[in-house]
Amino acid sequence: MNAEQQDPASGAAAEPSTLFDKIWRRHLVTEPEPGIPATLYIDLHLLHEVTSPQAFSEIERRGLEVRCPGRAVATMDHSTPTLPGVGRSGLRVLDPRGADQLDRLETNCERHGIPLFALDDERQGIVHVIGPELGLTQPGMTIVCGDSHTSTHGAFGALAFGIGSSEVTHVLATQCLLQKRPRTLEVHVEGSLQKGATAKDLILAIIGRLGIDGGTGHVIEYTGQAIRELDMEGRMTVCNMSIEAGARAGLVEPDETTFAYLEGRPYAPQAWQEALASWRELSTDPGAIFDRRIVLDASTIEPMITWGTNPGMSMPVSGTIPSAATVDPQSLPTMEKAWTYMAVQPGEALLGRAIDVVFIGSCTNSRLSDLEAAAQVMQGRQVASGVEMLVVPGSQAVRREAEALGLHEVFLAAGAQWREAGCSMCLAMNGDRLAPGQLAVSTTNRNFEGRQGPGGRTILASPLTAAASAVAGHVADPRELL
Amino acid sequence: MAPRFQSLSSCMVPLLIDDVDTDQIIPAEYLKIIGREGLAEGLFAEWRRDPECVLHRDVFRDAQVLLAGDNFGCGSSREHAPWALLDYGFRAVLSPCFADIFRINALRNGLLAVAIDRPLHRQLADIVEADPCAEITIDLKSSTLTLPDGTGVDFEVDPFARRCLLEGIDQLGYLLRQAEQIADYESRHPPWTDSRQPKVLSS
Repeated sequence: MNAEQQDPASGAAAEPSTLFDKIWRRHLVTEPEPGIPATLYIDLHLLHEVTSPQAFSEIERRGLEVRCPGRAVATMDHSTPTLPGVGRSGLRVLDPRGADQLDRLETNCERHGIPLFALDDERQGIVHVIGPELGLTQPGMTIVCGDSHTSTHGAFGALAFGIGSSEVTHVLATQCLLQKRPRTLEVHVEGSLQKGATAKDLILAIIGRLGIDGGTGHVIEYTGQAIRELDMEGRMTVCNMSIEAGARAGLVEPDETTFAYLEGRPYAPQAWQEALASWRELSTDPGAIFDRRIVLDASTIEPMITWGTNPGMSMPVSGTIPSAATVDPQSLPTMEKAWTYMAVQPGEALLGRAIDVVFIGSCTNSRLSDLEAAAQVMQGRQVASGVEMLVVPGSQAVRREAEALGLHEVFLAAGAQWREAGCSMCLAMNGDRLAPGQLAVSTTNRNFEGRQGPGGRTILASPLTAAASAVAGHVADPRELL
Repeated sequence: MAPRFQSLSSCMVPLLIDDVDTDQIIPAEYLKIIGREGLAEGLFAEWRRDPECVLHRDVFRDAQVLLAGDNFGCGSSREHAPWALLDYGFRAVLSPCFADIFRINALRNGLLAVAIDRPLHRQLADIVEADPCAEITIDLKSSTLTLPDGTGVDFEVDPFARRCLLEGIDQLGYLLRQAEQIADYESRHPPWTDSRQPKVLSS
């Protein structure tokens, strides 16, 4: 019998448990003791070219084996070019150092028997897009990757978090991590999102409320009507940015929406009924206690944008940048640095600010529904003159689906570029980048200084807001075009 | 082989900006490597283009302690951040609070990330402002930070990380010694899915 999620110890708990508690307990190889962390078993290990080479080198230096290659999957995404025809045409990487990383990943995966979805594989794409779409990401799992946006997979009710390369080594060699138990934080979102407000606006509002370090030391569980009403792609967008509030992981309780998404996916469990029965037991019990709780009302959330240099520096698209008078004096140097870098004035609005680039993509917003939302705005309209727009699907599967629906034709007709799958301009490792001084509206997750290219400036927004801004040529409210 | 930390005495480089993310510590451009050496060049690469950057001050040339603002190391999980700080010559970072992944990565590599309370942080900032050469001593064994006037202040570091750094315990070796418990766990929890089984994609 398959017993992955059926540890008898978990059923015996007398006290009401949270979703996090249940996953944590089911994965304890050894219990934590005073001064000693728990040993936590990891079900799925995702790998990419940038944070894995050092880990494989360490495995080899020590003469170790990869313990469970069948619990690992690798892809190429961070430094891969997205120019049309990449992969299929044999074009690899423009930068030889990036090419070295891809070659190394290929060698390492081959040597250790780890499945790799390389550029010419139809399953290739951003690691946090392909895990879910292939059905590898499943409720109740522990999932790690040398990438902080691993929190994305929490949308399925999996405990998923980013790790450094040393810990990648630990998981390769032992399939385990030494872990201190985090605290729990419930983010309860009542009501329904209004027209024009999306999962991206919701998570930007949540981060604005919590602050960029408000979730530090915690695992978030997102609950409430607005979360239940999100489709899986929306839930992934929310969980993806948990790390931008400092929380290593975000969770959503698995429900019928989750199960319907997973059923029939290539790597979904063969023993489907058995898996379903086990997944249905994961929900947070009534009366379970979180260490902290905050409540938001989704119906008051407007389309959101960021104005500064971290995702917590956000406001409604029609809002104004905080002025010096409203800022905690201790934060003033940090705020001044952000105002200067972004070339904005405290107290001013950004609506109507001219922009140079619009980027639609990243593990936050590159899935089919994101592209559909952008295309809905772009349909029959043109990218404003002087604005460059890139649309980068999250995976080759997303690209195929979008092309089957003719979305690429909408973007191309509007004057946007339609690219191959990858992380692209989200972190600007692959040659897609802003020029110094350029201002972008971007559906990505980080507006840090230089994140999208040295000297580049980023406004984070939803695909709707990004598309509306592309058409307008300036920061725009998408509700006027819907 | 495992990193160790006992104690050090050094002046402090003040970088009193909050929410310094790992993209600032080491920009993505410098991540295109397959080893971990030579990252000092990329440390705060963009900020160091400014001739006024605090890291260029002569007095801090041999500094081993970074006095950072709140939430240091947020953002990307890149372990290149502590590698770059170590390669540049830093051995400890003091901040009111660290981002979780950075703190873990730092301690794994022997870069002592010490969370200190706000009054002490303010006091240290005042000390540096008054005298950039002022040295503090950080002693992990006694978990004490000694100010230039000789005052000792206790600090806390995760007890397991502290023990590993003091005794040079190799954490991977520690995990490998649990092979029996891991095998036992695996026998009770077979996976639903094997990633190596090639599946036909539905069109």
